[in-house]
Amino acid sequence: MAAESGWVWMYGVAGDDLEAFADGVAGVGGAPPRTITAAGLTAIVGAVGDREYGEAALRRNLEDLDWLARTARAHHAVLEAVAERGPVVPMRLATLFASDAAVTGTLQERADDFREALSLISARSEWGVKAYAVKQSDPAGEPGRPAAGREGPATGPGAAYLQRRRAQLTASKDARQEALASARTVYTDLGRFAVSSRLYPPQAPDLAGQQTPMVLNAAYLVADERAGEFAAAMADLTARHRFVQLTLTGPWPAYSFAGEGDGPGPR
Amino acid sequence: MTQGSLATGASAGLSPGPSSGPQSANLADILERVLDKGIVIAGDIKVNLLDIELLTIKLRLVIASLDTASQVGINWWQADPWLSADAANGSNSRELEDSNRRELEEENRQLRSRVKALEARSRDGG
Repeated sequence: MAAESGWVWMYGVAGDDLEAFADGVAGVGGAPPRTITAAGLTAIVGAVGDREYGEAALRRNLEDLDWLARTARAHHAVLEAVAERGPVVPMRLATLFASDAAVTGTLQERADDFREALSLISARSEWGVKAYAVKQSDPAGEPGRPAAGREGPATGPGAAYLQRRRAQLTASKDARQEALASARTVYTDLGRFAVSSRLYPPQAPDLAGQQTPMVLNAAYLVADERAGEFAAAMADLTARHRFVQLTLTGPWPAYSFAGEGDGPGPR
Repeated sequence: MTQGSLATGASAGLSPGPSSGPQSANLADILERVLDKGIVIAGDIKVNLLDIELLTIKLRLVIASLDTASQVGINWWQADPWLSADAANGSNSRELEDSNRRELEEENRQLRSRVKALEARSRDGG
């Protein structure tokens, strides 16, 4: 397999009962993913060339956002296809080995860790929940505006402006506090349906494709049999909290719950 | 899997997010997971993603994940008034500042023209 100079890209590790998977999914660099089995575990791997994925090239390419986006999507697509068949412990991006033998060695060495991680995510899925602050229309500021127009009778436009600005600030501060309070409530409430949860920092608004600030970016590990309850709780919270807009993504491969040393507990 | 039932929940009660299908998974969501989460094992190539300076700077524009951000000292989101309660003392979102500045400029223009009119009138009268 490794006739030409290249590397073995590792996507993740599953149990030994992994069925045929990822048909038609192009892996990282275009090479179809394959499996290496050892110690009762299955590594999902793919061949990548040294020119693009060698250490020096990797450093350069990781600086290239387009390359990074392409690679991240390919890595994710394979893991997603595997996760549809059963639990898989995702590797962090750019986990590369010199040979199949090195992969086998790692499976053997870290077998207990992998098994523990697999048992944590078995029959469970990761769901992403975000909350965006909803821009409130600004009841305090608006009515004053027409009256304080260009005539500006006794108070004058400057004073009216200051008054309006103060009202705006208060309103925006209140909305902000409400949104943050809602975010906390939502995070805690949904936790009741999850095995475990993680908080991510909010994403930058531009990237998230939303104009309003993100106030919650969380991941939950939810037992598959409770997924319905979880979704119902989401819908309920959506109805009850008008200061935030909620979105649900998933199911994800359990990226957020396979980390080293994270332990199975919440937070 | 229970995918079906949750997908229904997502499309029914919730706003249109990036949850409509695997292909449309949000790049930011993917990046924060594959770069910052997932199990770390020592491969034969050692590229510490956090060592890549440009990457982290660019990523700051893209995502700011807690681990990455705190390790490289990029904690912008903690200082964002929308995102941390203690920063909420008067500094607004940029959008609000911009609209305020526009209003202020407009007020200024109006005041100037009134002053000019008053000056002209007092010159005429006196």
